[in-house]
Amino acid sequence: MSNNVLEMKNIKKSYYGTTVLHDINLSLKEGEIVGLVGENGAGKSTLMNILFGDEVIASTGGYEGEILIDGKVENIGSSFDALNLGIGMVHQEFSLIPGFTATENILFNREPSKKSSISSIFGDRLDTLDRKKMKDIADSAIDKVGVKINDSMLVANMPVGHKQFTEIAREISKDNLKVLILDEPTAVLTEKEATTLLMSIKNLASRGIAIIFISHRLNEILDVCNRVVVIRDGFVVKDSDIKSITIDEITKCMIGREVGERKRDDRNFDGKGVIMSIKNLYVDMPGENVKGFNIDIYDGEILGIGGLAGQGKLGIPNGIMGLYDAEGDVEYKGKKLDITKPICTLEEDIAFVSEDRRGVGLLLDESLEWNVSFLTMQVKNKFLKKILGGLISYRDNDEIKKVTDHYIEALNIKCTGTKQKARELSGGNQQKVCLAKAFAMAPKFLFVSEPTRGIDVGAKALVLDALKGYNVKHGTTVVMVSSEIEELRQICDRIAIVSDGKVAGIYKASEPVEKFGALMIGAGV
Amino acid sequence: MKNFDLKKFLADRSVPIMFIIICLVCIPLSGFSTSYLFNEIVTRVARNTFLILSLLIPIMAGMGLNFGMTLGAMAGEIALIFSSDWQIWGIPGVVLAMILSIPISILLGALCGTLLNMSRGREMITSYIISFFINGIYQLVVLYMMGPIIPILHESIKLPRGYGIRNTVSLLNLRQCIDNLISVNILGVKIPVLSFIIIIALCLFIVWFTKTKLGQDMRAVGQNMEVARAAGINVDRTRVLSIIISTVLAGFGMILYLQNMGNIATYSSHSQIGMFCIAALLVGGASVDKASIGNVFLGVILFHLMFIVAPRAGTVITGDSMIGEYFRVFISYGVITLALVMYEAKKHKKKKMKDGGDNEE
Ligand SMILES: Nc1ncnc2c1ncn2[C@@H]1O[C@H](COP(=O)(O)OP(=O)(O)OP(=O)(O)O)[C@@H](O)[C@H]1O
Ligand SMILES: [Mg+2]
Repeated sequence: MSNNVLEMKNIKKSYYGTTVLHDINLSLKEGEIVGLVGENGAGKSTLMNILFGDEVIASTGGYEGEILIDGKVENIGSSFDALNLGIGMVHQEFSLIPGFTATENILFNREPSKKSSISSIFGDRLDTLDRKKMKDIADSAIDKVGVKINDSMLVANMPVGHKQFTEIAREISKDNLKVLILDEPTAVLTEKEATTLLMSIKNLASRGIAIIFISHRLNEILDVCNRVVVIRDGFVVKDSDIKSITIDEITKCMIGREVGERKRDDRNFDGKGVIMSIKNLYVDMPGENVKGFNIDIYDGEILGIGGLAGQGKLGIPNGIMGLYDAEGDVEYKGKKLDITKPICTLEEDIAFVSEDRRGVGLLLDESLEWNVSFLTMQVKNKFLKKILGGLISYRDNDEIKKVTDHYIEALNIKCTGTKQKARELSGGNQQKVCLAKAFAMAPKFLFVSEPTRGIDVGAKALVLDALKGYNVKHGTTVVMVSSEIEELRQICDRIAIVSDGKVAGIYKASEPVEKFGALMIGAGV
Repeated sequence: MKNFDLKKFLADRSVPIMFIIICLVCIPLSGFSTSYLFNEIVTRVARNTFLILSLLIPIMAGMGLNFGMTLGAMAGEIALIFSSDWQIWGIPGVVLAMILSIPISILLGALCGTLLNMSRGREMITSYIISFFINGIYQLVVLYMMGPIIPILHESIKLPRGYGIRNTVSLLNLRQCIDNLISVNILGVKIPVLSFIIIIALCLFIVWFTKTKLGQDMRAVGQNMEVARAAGINVDRTRVLSIIISTVLAGFGMILYLQNMGNIATYSSHSQIGMFCIAALLVGGASVDKASIGNVFLGVILFHLMFIVAPRAGTVITGDSMIGEYFRVFISYGVITLALVMYEAKKHKKKKMKDGGDNEE
């Protein structure tokens, strides 16, 4: 008992009168990996923010309960306290400086520096940074993470996965690190990257660091954790050794019911009209380069794009939407699309839900209503009431509320109402709002990239259902990019596998999963 | 993808390119000789560059194009008034003024920085208003307090009524003392070597500063205050420090500027200096959140070249000499407006581009 590095006792927290955590007890031994799971909005991030002394906690009235580090009661009032106590955290949202390189971020505010005659008079802040030492420390941390990040690349130019690894490298480069909190570190990673990450987590634990690992991918939890703690409605409902529990049991504890299998219905679009034809697409997206991608997309279908990390599947929607430099011929409804200009693609009725859900394009300080409706209002002049023959138009608030309520219900967004600020939602629920925003646009063509990242097992089915339902009801063509082949097979009609920036093969989704697997590893059948 | 890199290259530099074109058109029209132009440019570069360089550090700290430097300019003027009142001339006078300006600059900088911390995101306009407010205090001090409260010995710089400072304070005895100390003449162009050495030293200081811990912190604060704060950096203090460094440098810059001019226009020298420096920096291709030493030099050369040739060209075309003066003012405000609008438009475009996907950082 006494070798607990961390103990959280009777933790209670409420936000503006709503109690999020009722009574949480959590303990952690040296070198132990504990998986923390629960539905979207269960309070996982909140609990971790308390432990890390995050500003939101103090500014919303603090918390109740006790935190013990090495058996001693500690008062964690700020993240600075937490850092001093050896607690490190990788946030669900990135906390990196975009214009700094990987090295600069890894050593941010802990830069090794050289004294000079000037700094000995005017103080440490005028020490010059020791760039060489910084690079050495950063490189060795990157090595430990096990992914080749370019240490001199600006974070702003990095693919999402690399940002994540940079953040982890930053935490493990700290000498006094005792407890490492990883809040959905794998949500933005592809399976291969995630595997690498899990390896390095195990590695860290074997060196004595205690780890709290939050994830919605339950197989990962089974894979690396020694123990799993399930939170529901603000209570710990299960705290079990990993060996004596199964995924199904965890799921049941999390959402209080079992998740049924989905049925796929086979649709055939061969010979139907082509809505978008992509020829020779080249996209310059770091880590996800597209090198000559060709495909015809049929009107009304759901096309899946799968493939391993780094093979270029993410580059496809990002390039076509103009977020990264792209070249090639894209014809939409028979007209050439100028893919260098992002606005024009929006006006063409094409919407995009990005995989980068950590900066998800939400106006965090605005209400859900506003988030769901603003783009639609801007681009499509919807949700506006016109009077005096259209001379004056004003927001149709009733309509906006109705639509927002509809999606809150359909996607099971956990919130206090349509007026709540987006910032106050949990990560997974913010992701759902992004989808709602795209749906509200009523696009003719929808790109969704990794739509279920960070969404809990129960809500995943809801999101997929919503996508499918939307496609059926409005005839919207959907292109869904995902690294989870199972997920693609559930709702897609066809699936294209991308390898080395090109199409490796296209099959009907009903084909057995092995055929897709073979394509991914480059052993086409 | 070579071709669209070129397009981007040109688009990013549209302001300087526009000014190069204006200058290329106006130079032949103005009919000035090359050696005259060179002489003028060298003088003005030596005179103004230090002041413009003082704008760089707040930009680095994310505080935008900052009129805080106007406060430093006022501090420099007050210091020079004292040193000329005490009749300390030449290089010692300049050095004394610089030393005197430091505490005044620090005080004003700290005040300005603290106020700007209360109005995050609107630093440019707030600092502009603060500069008006401090200008009021400056006038109160110089017009009423100098004499009765702050002893002024010399009658020659006092207003005839016995208190307050004259509209113009002559600096004849230290005029161009630095410019002339080491100066060489190359092909008829007088080069004030010492002034340039001072400017280069400041550039080296700025380069060195970006390599310090404090410089690194400022860059971080400029990019993302939340992340910087979470990492344990004292964001407010860092921002205040950036303004203080800027005002102190601006104080020095103003003293160098005035030693070249040879007199202080007590009530107006500082009032437009901020505007001109910011305009020059923008002409050099800087934006609200990004500026380099290269921008400063390109800007000071282009802006002043335009300043010299455009009025003359205007006079030649219209035959009216008034138009020239009008032209100067019109152009400098025009530049600021244009550059800011273009900057906002670019930012907006970027944001819109990302609306389908992720937000700004
Ligand atoms: N700043 C805040 N103000 C008000 N309510 C908040 C705030 N932050 C979180 N909440 C609420 O607290 C609850 C728990 O959120 P939390 O972010 O801890 O969930 P989570 O378990 O991390 O979910 P996810 O898996 O989606 O990330 C949610 O209902 C959320 O709306
Ligand atoms: Mg969370």
